[in-house]
Formats: sequence, structure tokens, C-alpha cells
Amino acid sequence: MGGAVVREYRYIGKRIPPRDAFDKVTGIAPYVYDMELPGMLYVKLLQSTQPHARIKGIDYSKALSVSGVVAVATGRDFPFRIGIYVGDRDLLAIEKALWVGHPVAAVIAESPRAAEKALDLIEVDYEPLQPVFDPIEAMKPGAPLLHPDLGKYRISPAFKPRPGTNIANEFRLSKGDVDKGFSKASVVVEGEFSIPFMSHVYMETQAVIAHYKPNGYVDIWSSAQSPFSARYLLAMSLGMPVGRIRIHVPYVGGGFGGKAGLGWEPLAVMLSKKAGYRPVKLLFTRSEQMRLAPVVAGVKAWGKLGLDKEGRIVAYQARFIFDSGAFGDYTVNVSRTAGYACTGSYEVDNVECLSYAVYTNKIPTTALRGFGYPENHWVLERLIDMAAKKLGMDPAKVRSINLLKPGKSKTSTGARLREDAGDPQRVLEEVIGSLGWGREPSSTDKPWKIRAKGFALSVKGPSQPPDASSSAIIKFNEDGSVDVMVGTGNFGQGTVTSLAMIVAEEFGIPLDKVHVHEMRSTNDSAYTWQTVGSRGLFTDGSALLEAIKDAKSKIKRVASAVLRVSEDHLEIGDGKVYVKGKPWHYIPLERIVMGYLYENGNAIGGPIIGAGRHIAELNTFLDPETGQGTPTIFYTFGGTGVEVEVNVLTGEIKVVKAVQVFDIGKAINPLLVEGQMIGGFVMGQSRALYEELIFDEMGSVANPNLSFYYVARAKDMPDEWVLKIIETPQSDGPYGARGIGENVMIAVAPAIGNALYHGLSVDVRSLPLKAERVWRAIREQNPKLYKEALEAVKRSIRESYKKLREALVVAR
Amino acid sequence: MKVRFKVNGVEREIEVEPYELLADVLRERLGLKALKKGCWRGECGLCTILMDGEPVKSCIILAVEADGSEIYTVEGFSEDGRPSPLQESFIRNAGLQCGFCTPGFIVVGEYLARKPRISKEEVKYALSGTICRCTGYKQIVDAVLEAHQEYRKE
Repeated sequence: MGGAVVREYRYIGKRIPPRDAFDKVTGIAPYVYDMELPGMLYVKLLQSTQPHARIKGIDYSKALSVSGVVAVATGRDFPFRIGIYVGDRDLLAIEKALWVGHPVAAVIAESPRAAEKALDLIEVDYEPLQPVFDPIEAMKPGAPLLHPDLGKYRISPAFKPRPGTNIANEFRLSKGDVDKGFSKASVVVEGEFSIPFMSHVYMETQAVIAHYKPNGYVDIWSSAQSPFSARYLLAMSLGMPVGRIRIHVPYVGGGFGGKAGLGWEPLAVMLSKKAGYRPVKLLFTRSEQMRLAPVVAGVKAWGKLGLDKEGRIVAYQARFIFDSGAFGDYTVNVSRTAGYACTGSYEVDNVECLSYAVYTNKIPTTALRGFGYPENHWVLERLIDMAAKKLGMDPAKVRSINLLKPGKSKTSTGARLREDAGDPQRVLEEVIGSLGWGREPSSTDKPWKIRAKGFALSVKGPSQPPDASSSAIIKFNEDGSVDVMVGTGNFGQGTVTSLAMIVAEEFGIPLDKVHVHEMRSTNDSAYTWQTVGSRGLFTDGSALLEAIKDAKSKIKRVASAVLRVSEDHLEIGDGKVYVKGKPWHYIPLERIVMGYLYENGNAIGGPIIGAGRHIAELNTFLDPETGQGTPTIFYTFGGTGVEVEVNVLTGEIKVVKAVQVFDIGKAINPLLVEGQMIGGFVMGQSRALYEELIFDEMGSVANPNLSFYYVARAKDMPDEWVLKIIETPQSDGPYGARGIGENVMIAVAPAIGNALYHGLSVDVRSLPLKAERVWRAIREQNPKLYKEALEAVKRSIRESYKKLREALVVAR
Repeated sequence: MKVRFKVNGVEREIEVEPYELLADVLRERLGLKALKKGCWRGECGLCTILMDGEPVKSCIILAVEADGSEIYTVEGFSEDGRPSPLQESFIRNAGLQCGFCTPGFIVVGEYLARKPRISKEEVKYALSGTICRCTGYKQIVDAVLEAHQEYRKE
């Protein structure tokens, strides 16, 4: 691990295809979406038609008479609340409906058709209450309250709700003295920024099958990122022993944070019980998914940045108001993270960042890839470019001056950055070098299409409790192959492939001899807290290395007796255990891992199993008043550069070139790392340019489909890619690696925003940078540019017309 | 109503309701579970199949409309459990992540890669009927173009 010695690796660092690829290209990969159990029933949910209403009564007698309907449940059946950080969620609306789409009743039937038919026959008597849709309005005294019992909910200690208001969490980061800081500033810039609600659009919609058995055991198959957390929270909410709940997770059709924490398992479990202990399946259509399952919170933000005349950041202030919708469950952590990491990649002595998660009568929200960071970077990385321009300084220079220095600087939370955290300066140099920052962008053959360059830096660490842990188990088989048991999930990130490569590398066995089952089961997979926060490879990889070490020492103990050499003088590699310096004295692993048999029939040892664990070291809770402490196990530094082509007359933006640079310590598998860098860029681009859930006057999602909610498609991806991996190893990461899964999308939006700002002198602070918004901004902020483009297109039309006429003359 | 079609080389005759979608019949009745529905309305392309050689979205086609046609789903491209050259190319290029959309891309990919001539722009445009949320498409486009070179050699 780590170390200065450069080793030749057989697998580590090699471009190895994902090991689950065969299953996926041939279509045999199992998802919960596809699964069925004998005797299984289907669930359909009745959605509220009111944004905020007291439920006076629900009449479902007619629904029960539909052929095939087994049972109907309402909120009265389940009078308790659940959640990972703030236990504010109901299974079905309890007493009040909180948004248009809120499930108020569930029909359980022999077929989805019967369930659907029965939904139409349920009558709900609503008494409408005053709704509130805007988070700023919702924060005001006297605003309609969504959760009058907020003070009674179960709250994780890191969060501070304000009972009697709609504030689900309030976080404050405070360091130094911002007023004093600003007084030293040569330039101060400030502005309001916003990001709308978005949908994760994981391709496999929420799917869960639950079977509450009469013997008291519960089996659940769930498309989930966090089976262990879900099991624990489920056990607590239902008052069941943890071990009686077994959650099984096969391949997951995308998660992006949307399947983290606790999902729809509790409802499915209770409905299974309600249906007479029969298995039930809950599967959402896309439109259900986008109207009732948690999406991504919108944010209204404000930031103020001061630079002194040398370009040093002297003070930074920001405020984030996350619109958490009807439940704040996971979004409280989004708000907390945006707050504690508000200064991004920079060292700032005087900081004050306030962050809130606020209830409104809209669809609830949850985690998304990188949460908190895309939001705070959209503010800070834009403000830096504005301040640099005002100061007349290159924004690259301003960043360089202020970047965190590993080993020396203190982060926003006052924690000293570890020495081997990475090389942010080199990230910056590589971004601007690859982008050709400072050189004019290439011109196009159409003068109304203008090319522009922009870039932004990003940092990301896992947002997890200080005691989040992981484990790994390996066990040998008769042929010397290894079964690996980990908890980290498989939804395409490539972690599992990298883990298998580590095992093959460490024992010197072919990768084909390392087996990782696609199914995670809480009862027989090794524990991991959750597969979130870019943590999987770092935490579960570290646990795996410890398990390997454990197995190796057990193998050596047996080999020491057989080879008559002390354990210290033995080495394991090439599928053998051998004497150091005398590799011809060896035992093949397959002859020792199930026990060693002497010629006379004596046997020693036995089947080899290795176990390992990982827990965050030296992390702390954050101070409740100042947000100071150590919240994370690593920070990955990165940066994104773009060259865009903007059609001045339509406002359309085409990304022509993408530059992605990340210092990930060690690329265990560069092919899959690049997959993250490309995929994350396009997801970031999609959020930056297109994605927005639109709400009507009832707060109802008006575009719950993939026509009017557009996500990037193949034709939208950049033409040119520059992908650079920097490897500054972190000594406590597996082979020096840090996480990469989320950082890849964080700087994309600010890079594009900065490109517009520099290339077109147009400043747009609200996402998405959709054509209409950019077109309006160009006309308002740079009318000259618009006029010139209009003239150019007219000229072009005249010339084409002239050419056509000339051609016609010739033709005649 | 009785419909007959050939699915992945096998003649099938099946009784369907007039309202039944082709996607549901293939998935639920014939067990071709690799075919997914991601949007239920022709937007995401996950349920794409080849019908008489042309890629179509089976969630917006009635089963009765497929009467007499020849259908291929992702299950129909591998032979004796061996992936096709295009499937191999997807594996090599890591043209997939969570894998949920992959069956749709394989179907369109086979259609494109087997054409006598295709350009990168055409591939990007043609693949734009299918959504992948994970990969960012580059490795999928690369996989199709690489497979195209191999099919041309054949």
C-alpha cells in the first residue's frame, strides 16, 4: 500500500472490462424490476390530488369489491414515521396529504390491472389547507406548517430542525470574522443563484418486493444502495430484531443517491403483512416515480466573496435554502454538506455559511451524486470568476493563490488537510493546460455561433457519520479460487471489479479465480454502512485489504510448519506461498487453503477465511454552533474545463470539448475511472443545460415524463474529450486510491457558466442554462452581440440567396 | 386474438388481448426479461427490439401489430452462450455501467454496426433514441463503431 516503491502490478492500474459486463450485454443480469415470487401480489398507490389537506375520510369499500383485490391500506394502518436523518416520512399519508402525488392509499391485488382499476374507486374526502410552495415563504413566521409535530420526530444528532417552523435543518459554518475580512477587500462580488428540482432518472424505477413471513422473518428484495442502513432503520421503526430482516439486492439499475438510505421497503413490508403474509411487489412507472418518489431538492442561494488586491480571498459568506419538499429525511444532510464544504477547494480564514432545508408542499427530496457540493460550487466557482474579472486578474491565478495546501492549510471546517490529500495545484495546471486557457477559442464558420471557454475546480469527500464502517470477508475454494463477500453495491460504478482485481493482485492468482456474487444480502454479505458518497472503493477496499492480510497470515502459519521456515520469511504471490529468496521452495495455494495433507495422511490447517474492517479514523462530529471539526475521510480534488459553442440567436449551448482532471491517488482500473469521468460529465452537463422539474400552481410536477423532462442523449455529448488522472497516493487508501464517483459532475455547471461569462459577457446564475434563458440573457446583457449575430445571419442569407440566383442564371 | 411471430428465430403463436403492448407480451408472456420498460411511453428506448430488421420501441406497439413479423431482442444475438462481436465490443469498451439500458443499446447497436457504412455522427444521432444515465454515451458509441469495423471484415 502507498509507499514510494514503484511496483510492477499484474492487475492494478490495468484497463480491465467490468466483470459484470457479460451478464449485462447478454441480458441475463437480474434486477428486482424483473423478479417475481410464487403467490406474489402487486401494489398500486393512490396519489393525493391536493397539495395540503386534512384527510377527513377514505372510502375504499368499492375498491375492495374489484375482482382480484386482496386489501386496501391507508395511513391509519401505519401510524408511525420513518427516515434516516429526520424521521419525518409516513408510509401512507397520516391525517394530512402534503403534496399532489402523496400516496394516501395502497391497493394490493393479484394483478397490476386489478389494482389500477380499484384505485379509481377509492373516494377521499379532503379538507383543503393553505399550501406553501416557495421555501423562502415557508420560512416566514405564520407560514402554513407541514409538520407541526417536528419536535417529536426522531432526529439524528448531527441535525437541527426548528420545531414550530418549516425548517427541517439549520446549519451554520462560522470561522474567523467575515466583517473584518470584507473590510480588507479590494473587490467584493455577490449574487443570488438557483438550481431547480431535478429527477435522478435512474433507468430502473423504484422496485421492491417484500415478504413478511408468519414465522417473524422478513425477506426483502430491493433496488437499493443501502441494504444495511435500510435494515437497521426498518428494524427500529417496526420494532423488529435486526437479524429477522433480510434485505437482498441484486444488480441495481442506477441509483445516484436516489436509492440511498431508507426506500420503499417499510411500506412494502407492512403491505405484505396486511395482505396476509403474502409477498408483494411495488414497482413505479416513470410517471409515478417522478410524482411520488423522492427527487432532488432545488436550492436558492446567495454568496458574497471578497478578494484583496493580490487576489487572496479575505472573506466568504453564503446562504443556501434547500427546498426539501414535503419530507426532509435525507435532504437535511444535503443542506448540512453544502454548508460545511462551502469554501470548496480554497483556504478561507473568514467564512460564514448558513444552510437550511425547508419543507414545502411539493414532492419530497433526497440525496443525489455529490450532494451539497454541486450546489455550493455553482455559487463559489462562479463568484471567483466574477471577482477575478473585477480585479483584472486571471481567474486561474486567483484560484492558484487560494488553493488548499495539503499538509498546511485548514479546510472550511478548521481541520488541517492531510499531507497526502492530493495535488490541487497540478489539477489546476492540467485543467487550464488541456483547455488551452488563455488562447482564443477556435472560431466557427457561422459568425452567430460563438465559441467560449470556461473552467472550474471541485473537491468532494464522503458525507458520512464519523463511525460509518465497512467490512469484507474472503474465503478460499478447493481450486485455490476466492469468494469475496463485501457489502458495497453494484450499480455500475465498477467498484466490484476493482475489488476483485485487488484480490487477484494480492494472491497473484488469475482474475478468473476471484468470484464476487452479484447479490448483496444483509444476512450473508459483509457489512457496509451504505454505498454512497464515493466511499465504496476506499472504505470497502481498505476492509478487503485487511481481510487479505488476515488470510495471508493464516496461510503462512500453516506453510511455516510445512516448509519449516518462520512466517516472516514467507511470501505469497503467483498463487503460491514460498520462501523469500528461494521461490523454488513453495506450496501452491490450492494445496494449503483447504488444509494441508502430508504424505502419511496427517493434515493441518483447514479452510482459510480472512476478515477485515474499516472505520473512519479521527473524524469528529461538527460543532453545533460553528460547524468546525473533521467530517470526512478524504477529499478528492478535481477540475473541469469546457469549450462551448453558443448559438447567439437561439441561446442553444453545445459542449464541443470536455476536460476532466482528478487526483484520485491511484487508478485501480483506468478504464472504469474514465467511465466515471465521462458519465459524470454528461450527467453534470445534463443538469447544467436541460434538467428541471416544473411545478404547476398546485405544486404538482407538470413534466413527469422523459419528453418534457429532457436528459442528455448521445447526440449531446461533447465531440472532444481530455481525461486526465493524477495519482498522488493517499497512504491510508487502497493502493493509495481516493473516491471518484461523484466529483466528476460537480464542476461541470460552473465551468459552462464561466464560459458564457468570459466568452459572451453574459452572466446567468440560474440553472439550467436552457436555450430560452440564455437567449434572454444575451439580449438583455449583451444586445450588441445579439444584433451583430442577427446582422451576420441576414448577411449569410443574402449571400446564399445571391449564390442561388447566380447558380440559376448559369443553369439557364 | 391469436398472433404469430418469430422471436429470436423461434416461431411463436400466442393469444393476446387487443390492448396488450408488444413489450408486455415479450416480457411477461414469453419471459424475455432483458427487455425493460423505463418510461412506459416510447421516450427512453430501453424496450427497443428489431422488428423485421428495423429498431422499434416495443412499448408503443400493440402485440397485434407484430403479427407475422420477425423479432429480435437482446437474447437473440448471442450464440451458444457466446456474446456477439458487438456484445464483445461493449464489454471491451466498458460501454455499460448499471446495465439496465444495455439491452436497448445492444439492439440498436447491432442494427447500426451491421450497416454497410456508418459515420460517428450517424451513430450518435441514431443512439439518441435511447437513454443511458450512467455512461455518458462515449464508450457506447466507441463500442458500436469498433464492432462495425469487425462486421465489415466478415
